Amino acid sequence: MLTREQIAMRAAKEIQDGFYVNLGIGIPTLVANYIPSDMRVVLQSENGLLGIGPYPSEDELDPDMINAGKETITMIPGASLFDSAESFAMIRGGHIDLAILGAMEVSQNGDLANWMIPGKMVKGMGGAMDLVHGAKRIVVIMEHVNKYGEPKILKTCSLPLTGKGVVNRIITDRAVIDVTPEGLTLVEVVEGYTVEDIIACTEAELSVSPTLTQLRGE
Amino acid sequence: MKVQSSIQQALEGITDGMTIMVGGFGLVGIPEHLILGLYEKGVKDLTVISNNCGVDDWGLGILLQNRQIKKMISSYVGENKEFERQFLSGELEVELVPQGTLAERVRAGGAGIPAFYTPAGVGTVIAENKETRTFNGKEYVLETGLRADFALVKAFRGDTYGNLIYNKTARNFNPIMATAGAITIAEVEELVEVGSLDPDSVHTPSVYVQRIIQRDHYEKRIEKRTVKK
Repeated sequence: MLTREQIAMRAAKEIQDGFYVNLGIGIPTLVANYIPSDMRVVLQSENGLLGIGPYPSEDELDPDMINAGKETITMIPGASLFDSAESFAMIRGGHIDLAILGAMEVSQNGDLANWMIPGKMVKGMGGAMDLVHGAKRIVVIMEHVNKYGEPKILKTCSLPLTGKGVVNRIITDRAVIDVTPEGLTLVEVVEGYTVEDIIACTEAELSVSPTLTQLRGE
Repeated sequence: MKVQSSIQQALEGITDGMTIMVGGFGLVGIPEHLILGLYEKGVKDLTVISNNCGVDDWGLGILLQNRQIKKMISSYVGENKEFERQFLSGELEVELVPQGTLAERVRAGGAGIPAFYTPAGVGTVIAENKETRTFNGKEYVLETGLRADFALVKAFRGDTYGNLIYNKTARNFNPIMATAGAITIAEVEELVEVGSLDPDSVHTPSVYVQRIIQRDHYEKRIEKRTVKK
């Protein structure tokens, strides 16, 4: 089983040189730590920044400089700042190459639920509903099963949706699964699991890629 | 003259039941003195349009604690326990709006656009009971522009005409909200004479700002202090 860091490391491989990328809150934020330093990648923060840099030193700490998770950050050279309408114009307008988001549930046709548990929690969707329709590619990272061991990759989501048919790839602690027009395809299995193990802990129908590979936690 | 000498003078005319836009993202770029002024003024039954609702003891959270807010229109309110309590108990009316839709509704409202189509929320509860339409094979939902009786914004620097310049990610919703208030009140850290701002660098042109006030001593609370290890 991959750790949170290993999931983030695997997700970082989705990023290509030259990409503009939006990373969601939580494990997706960790992905930034694993982008190779020789790649020119610009991270977007939907509160109005292109070019998120590392966390600041105590001396650099600036209360006016935060990411969408409200963490204090810095900017990289070449960064730009803008208002919230401009920020979502670049998201909705298809200018962001990739968004990596967390999920509570994903369905076999790529529906995503990650914002609300009825009666339990009210937080709001933030920018997730805009991102899933705007970014050119949506990669979701999540644990394969919930804390009761039940599948989170389902035939149909039980929770209120964030977006319908929006997910392109699912990376979990046990597998990598692609959403295709024909349904879900298992493309990588984490070391220590068999294809049968993955099928057993996935409610949705899974086909197995002819080029299936094993994924080793680094 | 747009320049105000006290916060209460700046807030003149705000009454119970009004709709107020408040700039900021989290606690960054919030008009902290104007919010404190609303708290002291005690106006209630407000409909507040703001991306977030502060934290329990700062920002818009203090208006919630004081039961001054009837309805919130926001995209994310996860940092506020009192909000969740009032919402789940039915005391507080909440309209959750996708963040990009919220931003565009405010932008559209300020720009005289009554409604627009967006893909965000299609196939979800957000699109229920709303008109949808297909363009080039993709479905979109119709969302309406938003305006407010008052917009409260925070800028880094402003001049006595009301031109505004924001600082870093404290810009966020402030410039668009400045355009969508029937009366827009700006609070600034630095107020300068007309002519000292570079016209090319102005973010909010003065036409959108009816009142401006300079305040010292910004708390600028940090929600999540993250530093290099």
